Amino acid sequence: MRALAIPPPPPPTLRRRLRLGWKRLRLLARARRAGAALEPVADRTGGIRPGARLAVAVLRDEALRLGHWLEHHRRLGVDHFLIVDNASTDGTAERLAAEPDISLWRAGGSYRASRFGMDWANALLGRWGPGHWCLTLDADELLVFPFWEERGLSGLVARLEATGRPALPCLMVELYPDAPLAGAACGPDPLAALPLFDPGGFWTERQRTHGCVLVRGGPRGRVLFADRPGLAPVMSKTPLVRWQRGWVYVNSTHFLLPAAPNLVWEDGGLSGALLHTKLLPDLLPRSAAERLRAEHFTDPRAHEPYYDRIALGPDFRHPGSARFEGWRQLEALGLLERGGWT
Amino acid sequence: MTGSVQGRLRRASAAAGRTPAADGTVLGIVMLVHTAFDRAEQVIRFWARGGCPVVVHVDRVVPRRAHDAFVLRLRDLPGVSFSRRHRCEWGTWGIVAATLASCEAMLARHPEVGHVLLASGSCLPLRPVAELRAYLAERPGTDFIESATTADVPWTVGGLSEERFTLHFPFAWRRQRRLFDRWVAIQRRLGLRRAIPDGIVPHMGSQWWCLTRATLAAILTDPDRPRFDRYFRRVWIPDESYFQTLARRHTARIESRSLTLSKFDWQGKPHVFYDDHLPLLRRSDCFVARKIWPHAEGLYQAFLSETGHGLPREPNPSKIDRVFAKAVERRTRGRPGLWMQSRFPREGWGGPPTAGPYSVFEGFAELFEDWEEWLARATGARVHGHLFAPGRVEWEGRGPTFAGALPDNPRWRDHNAQMFLRNLVWNTRGERQCFQFGPRDSQLLSWDFAKDPNAQIAVISGAWIVPLFRDPPPDLRAEAARLQRIESDHLAALRSPHAKARIRIWTLAEFLENPAEALQSALDDMVPARAAATAPRPRLASLPRLADLTGLGAFLQGLKNAGMHPYLMGDLPPDPPQAGGAAPSAAAPPGRRPYLVR
Repeated sequence: MRALAIPPPPPPTLRRRLRLGWKRLRLLARARRAGAALEPVADRTGGIRPGARLAVAVLRDEALRLGHWLEHHRRLGVDHFLIVDNASTDGTAERLAAEPDISLWRAGGSYRASRFGMDWANALLGRWGPGHWCLTLDADELLVFPFWEERGLSGLVARLEATGRPALPCLMVELYPDAPLAGAACGPDPLAALPLFDPGGFWTERQRTHGCVLVRGGPRGRVLFADRPGLAPVMSKTPLVRWQRGWVYVNSTHFLLPAAPNLVWEDGGLSGALLHTKLLPDLLPRSAAERLRAEHFTDPRAHEPYYDRIALGPDFRHPGSARFEGWRQLEALGLLERGGWT
Repeated sequence: MTGSVQGRLRRASAAAGRTPAADGTVLGIVMLVHTAFDRAEQVIRFWARGGCPVVVHVDRVVPRRAHDAFVLRLRDLPGVSFSRRHRCEWGTWGIVAATLASCEAMLARHPEVGHVLLASGSCLPLRPVAELRAYLAERPGTDFIESATTADVPWTVGGLSEERFTLHFPFAWRRQRRLFDRWVAIQRRLGLRRAIPDGIVPHMGSQWWCLTRATLAAILTDPDRPRFDRYFRRVWIPDESYFQTLARRHTARIESRSLTLSKFDWQGKPHVFYDDHLPLLRRSDCFVARKIWPHAEGLYQAFLSETGHGLPREPNPSKIDRVFAKAVERRTRGRPGLWMQSRFPREGWGGPPTAGPYSVFEGFAELFEDWEEWLARATGARVHGHLFAPGRVEWEGRGPTFAGALPDNPRWRDHNAQMFLRNLVWNTRGERQCFQFGPRDSQLLSWDFAKDPNAQIAVISGAWIVPLFRDPPPDLRAEAARLQRIESDHLAALRSPHAKARIRIWTLAEFLENPAEALQSALDDMVPARAAATAPRPRLASLPRLADLTGLGAFLQGLKNAGMHPYLMGDLPPDPPQAGGAAPSAAAPPGRRPYLVR
């Protein structure tokens, strides 16, 4: 069976390659400096075997989500967690330090000054990541992908390797409660508290400087940035990468440098989804605190209206909201793709 | 050395003929192993329990320690032995050499063996050994080997089919890709061709076969074998052609199919079976399947303890074939019209930009008073207002969101209008969307409509004049000129050679001459051309209510007199035009004669 394959995009110009190369070197230097400032709390990295699947995260006050997050990703088959604790005060650090498969570092510095934690994550990835499949996540992100219950992360990375893919592109599926945000309840399972999501309405565009594909939109964009679509959050990420020396994440895990691994975003290949549990009721006090710290967003003042609207406890529901059932539902909606994996 | 082995083989095959096994055929297993030794051991033990002698070949790249440990673990099984090790690199002679060495060992060491099955370490038997033996015993003297000439089958991936046999392949495809490709190109340029040895016709097929002792012994002891071996050493992927070709030379009867179920994806890589394939594999009734995911504990547990139903069943892989063919098609073509994180084709590739047909009506809503309701009634489609209106997205029912969280906010729509349309069509797959469009709307997609083969566009050019005529704005002349310019640009897109949509354009005057017929043809266009021959055409039971156009001709003449030349509506007579069968409506305001289409 022969089919017309979709050709890759044209190679970037020399000028752009040089610019991106320079940017990558700068980010690597930042990561090195940030890594030197990390203070080990529990270093169990001696237990990382060749081929182990690693998870990297930067956390702050995530006691609410932590249990479920760890359980989900252990079930997927993460072998070792590398975590930076950014001055938690709710017992997150103590809890993490006690776990046998977690190595923990403390970072006292500014979240914003470390490019929203990415310098710390890049430092860990650069030190422990090369040669491993690395999953870089926030505590409010749960990875799902085709056949995740049955085949796990080990099946997924074997498939990606067999098809020559260095990374898994993902869409953030933002979950929201079946109630106005202010009045919602929350138990230990965030998926029970957040049953709804937007089944579509994202838009896909090509990011000009890096040439990668971005998906934008989502319920936060729809409700909080209704009049300024240019500020709508980026909903695509590349959290799972077979890491190599010299690679860096640029902007959260939305894309990385060099640009080549991002180009898996082209032709209907295997992709996954990150269930985003940000919109739990604790978002209200959290964003009030964030607003004071002014540690989020590149331009915090432009996001003042965002905080104003969150403080009102917005209602994300609409008649088209879908109830989350599983990855097959996401596939049917076109939010992820099995890419010939059957 | 070869001579003595062959001598032994001849004696052994003669011995086998004299002592048939008690329950039919004794089946020998030749197994090529290079990884996942614990799984290989499980399967070897399964075969041994079933009374099958096994000869194992371990790839030479496996370190000596791992190899020795593996041998040691199987020491308790008397019927299991190991063959001389070769380096088995994909697509090279090594795999054939390993198979040949193992088969020689099998025939020499086990004179009772009547059939030999070639398997890999990631093959999993799906049915009890007794059932396979009974199946073979019922078909004595039959070789099960998939074998077809290159001219007959389009199996090959990578563009090399017949050339596998006529070019030299001294380089490894996986390791020395550049040399490989360069050398192929040079041979093509220079017209270098190898001669195919006399006595064989190249055949290809699945690497996994089950041959009778007679055929296998004939292949191994063929006096011409050195000549054939020399030839196949430089054929590309000889493991898919060596036995497939030579079996044709020696067989008594060939069943050209493999008893081993194996599926390949669009890149020619084997599909892997996981725990969730259990029901599918069980229903297939195949004897052996590959490739099995080494961590598929459920599959290994289920099938290695399989006791069977005792009923003779013919292997039936068609169900699995369908499932996998669908996956391959989806992978090569993707889902047209879907744009997401792993599907973003370049412009012009990957099929139409939208997922299904949709209809754009231009000028109808201006000309008919109850157009949207009427169209929805007449066609059963979803009818929206002006989706690209400057003030808001006019969803059907004018709700705040539509299908899959598409808001009615025009800024969101215009931020990425292409994706807005693609999302709308994708999110409503299976239901036809119709919407109104005109020169008052955002023109971002003017060209996209024209170029989209899924679009059906019906235009009454110049109909935008009707609202101006009925409710003239203060800057009438400027507004009319602006709208005319915009529509003229849009019509240029629709008439350009790049336009791929189904397009019909009437001037207002043409349309009014016979509205019923024009409407009928616009609606006919909504039925896809392929289905048009069979599908019932939507008939017009009633017609929509035409707006009151009394005095329009004079109004246009007035604009002309003022220096603005409205030409897109065609030549309307200065007096009220008489449409076919028009009669005054009872509901029409007195003094003006409306046009009523019957």
